[in-house]
Amino acid sequence: MEYFGEVPPGDGAWALQMLLGNQRRRLLSSLRLRQICLEGTGLPAWLFDDCYRQVGDSAETIALLWRQRSDGATERMPPSPAAEASLQQWLEELLPPLAALQPDEQAVAMQALWQGLEPMELLVVNKLLTGGFRVGVAQGLVIQALAQLSGLEPARLRHRLMGGFLPSAAQFTALLDAADDDASLSSRPYPFQLACPLDPERLNDTTPANWQVEWKWDGIRAQLIRRGGACWLWSRGEELINPAFPELIRLGEALPDGLALDGEVIIWEPDAPGPRPFGELQRRLGRKAPGRSLLAELPAAFVAYDLLELGGCDRRPEPLRQRRAALEDLHQQLLAAPFPAGAGRLRLSSTLALPHWQALEALRAGAAAAGAEGLMLKDLNSPYLVGRRRGSWWKHKLEPLRLDAVLLYAQAGSGRRANLYTDYTFGLWDRPSDPSVAAGEGEPGQPAALVSFAKAYSGLSDEEIVALDRWIRSHTLQRFGPVRAVEPLQVFELAFEGIGPSKRHKSGLAVRFPRISRWRRDKPAGEADTLAAALALMGCRP
Amino acid sequence: MLPPDGLITLTPQGLYCRAADAWIDPWRPVPRALITHGHADHARPGCGAYWAIGAGAGILRRRLGQGIELHSLNYGEALQLQDAQVSFHSAGHVLGSAQIRLEAGGESWLISGDFKRDADPSCAPFEPVRADVLISEATFGLPIYRWPPGAEVAAEIRDWWQGCPQRPSVLFCYAFGKAQRLLAELHALGVEQEVLLHGAVAALIEPYRQQGIAMVPTRPLSELPRDQGLEGRLVLAPPAAQASPWMKRLRGAQTGFASGWMAVRGARRRRGCERGFVLSDHADWPALVATARQSGARQVYVTHGQSEVLARYLREVEGIAAEPLQGGGLAERGNPDGEPGEALP
Repeated sequence: MEYFGEVPPGDGAWALQMLLGNQRRRLLSSLRLRQICLEGTGLPAWLFDDCYRQVGDSAETIALLWRQRSDGATERMPPSPAAEASLQQWLEELLPPLAALQPDEQAVAMQALWQGLEPMELLVVNKLLTGGFRVGVAQGLVIQALAQLSGLEPARLRHRLMGGFLPSAAQFTALLDAADDDASLSSRPYPFQLACPLDPERLNDTTPANWQVEWKWDGIRAQLIRRGGACWLWSRGEELINPAFPELIRLGEALPDGLALDGEVIIWEPDAPGPRPFGELQRRLGRKAPGRSLLAELPAAFVAYDLLELGGCDRRPEPLRQRRAALEDLHQQLLAAPFPAGAGRLRLSSTLALPHWQALEALRAGAAAAGAEGLMLKDLNSPYLVGRRRGSWWKHKLEPLRLDAVLLYAQAGSGRRANLYTDYTFGLWDRPSDPSVAAGEGEPGQPAALVSFAKAYSGLSDEEIVALDRWIRSHTLQRFGPVRAVEPLQVFELAFEGIGPSKRHKSGLAVRFPRISRWRRDKPAGEADTLAAALALMGCRP
Repeated sequence: MLPPDGLITLTPQGLYCRAADAWIDPWRPVPRALITHGHADHARPGCGAYWAIGAGAGILRRRLGQGIELHSLNYGEALQLQDAQVSFHSAGHVLGSAQIRLEAGGESWLISGDFKRDADPSCAPFEPVRADVLISEATFGLPIYRWPPGAEVAAEIRDWWQGCPQRPSVLFCYAFGKAQRLLAELHALGVEQEVLLHGAVAALIEPYRQQGIAMVPTRPLSELPRDQGLEGRLVLAPPAAQASPWMKRLRGAQTGFASGWMAVRGARRRRGCERGFVLSDHADWPALVATARQSGARQVYVTHGQSEVLARYLREVEGIAAEPLQGGGLAERGNPDGEPGEALP
């Protein structure tokens, strides 16, 4: 707060941009910076790569290696005039022109800029150039600081920031302007309310009648905004996804003005009973402008589950019960009139009947058959809140699928995990290894082999990571650059959300969100699961 | 691998010189051991006789037993062991640390042990030594490691500590070598306040004072009355104390860690201290390269840490025949946070 209060708005704007993690533009690639560093220091490329492996961050490796230039001497270069520049000057005047230079000039200019910077400054400059600058600060904390500084409500600031912030002095000043003039918000979505994983204890004092129960759809969360004759579709990541979903924009244009719907974008054919799997939605997400055949093959729908604005009026403070009633009325009215753009495209997320809490688990088990990934429970008396608040929205996902797999390869992580083997590849047996089970399968006498199946990076505790790192170092069979093949002895239980066919993987399978759920030190590798067991799980999820 | 007919060969007990019939820093009990310095991975108990620098004798006896047969030497003193001429030369690593030179049959070998070339008021400065063959350490054998002067780092530590009068300051550092170096550096900066010590550090202060190393006044934390506040006090402790119940008395303290590994952000973050100070008792990259160059060795074997990287650099860039010495040090060190060669007592 002190900082934002002291600096000129141009610097404040850029600092905010960076603290929000929005500064992602890449001016130069890490590879190019590495090349310039090698030319400047005369170090061989392999040595740079060995250093990178130790540091786990290329911008920092350069910052540390650049000092090698003044070989043998510790004397400092005179500070570069650039070191005195303001943040705004750095980001608007000093760095961007570097990207446009010819390679030779670029190398000279880059080296001149590095010269005389302290290693920490050099690190930050490199991070800004490669678009990799990140500060581990929660958005809420940044907003809190700005709220204190400006006297504005944090929720209002969040709303003003939705849909992107352009780092300019004018925008920064407007953001903190106490005046209640929010014309700039017309295209912006509302901050999304997010759900927490269900804490069943919290339901004990309530009855199911107080809750709206819905499927948890496996699509992408979005807001469809209709204002001032235009239409916007915003993803939860605050990206405008109009071009990827032209049919939903046509739908939006057929809706009454002054409307904001919260819901899910999903692939769902107009007449089909249920949606298609997430993997098919991914094919649409990758496309800037989908072709006619793709639009026909994978039609998108907007499954609405909340109404945030109607007739230009913010309905978020009203209880969900009233918002839901208004949403149902709106849906009914729309369907009563001819609605060619919307038929089958605008779907109302159906509410599910839950007579008593004992029926909850049985209901959840039906999610897979409905093409959903679990249940949502929303307090009917709650207003629409900002962000993830415990208590009014719960998600109750299906239990993950699980398989026991064998550790095959390990690679060192980066950043905090640099130099620790934390990126793992796991394999499954291609056939049962027990000969009595294998009878009649595969070539007789052929031993079972492990086929790599999934990678996972998370799920182990810090202590387990250190213990496994030690084990990996002393049980390495072979090294392929940074990757180590290890003795196939350690078994891990992997959890994942879904499994589908894939041409990219050796096993012919791809899993969604794989993570380690348990280190099965009790289990010998021969008893890990087989590919056949993985295939059998394929029917279990949408 | 070391040539089988060379002056030094590798045996299951460690590096062995047949001409002297002695092992250098053996890792199992042997009849005759030449010891570069007193860190636990270089000086092990159970040998028949030990040869080491006299300045470090107090520490060696404390660690290996008062009753060991210890032959104390001075730097540069000529020693004849069987057919070999042996001499110990200052390594600048810790008090009493040495490089060991052996010569026989017209061939000379130099075993660097752990060494550093930076100024250090707590031990004798590094001495460049020439030999036909060099066995060098490479703990920090990457060009990202380049140390700032120790006095500069000590001043940073002083400012960090004295800038926080409302909390205790706990600095984690290795109990033998690093801690005493810091106390000597602080003394050289004119600091007169008493510094408090964890028991593991306190145990090694006396041998340094006996050798005339000037350090700031110290007292074991355990001897400070319980009711006395620790605000504004500096406490030195070994890294293992960080996650131990010992820290209870220091709740609310600001924490720092002094080690060469702190040069890299990832290691700093993993260590979980508020501040990392780059201070090492090992050679940094320029020092490793300069030492190989100055030794005049026609052949260099590299052990400990980044042996493959340093060997390749010496070979390809410096034009010195060099190769990693497999198994010459200990097994590969798995934990990048521990400072190799600086095991705890």
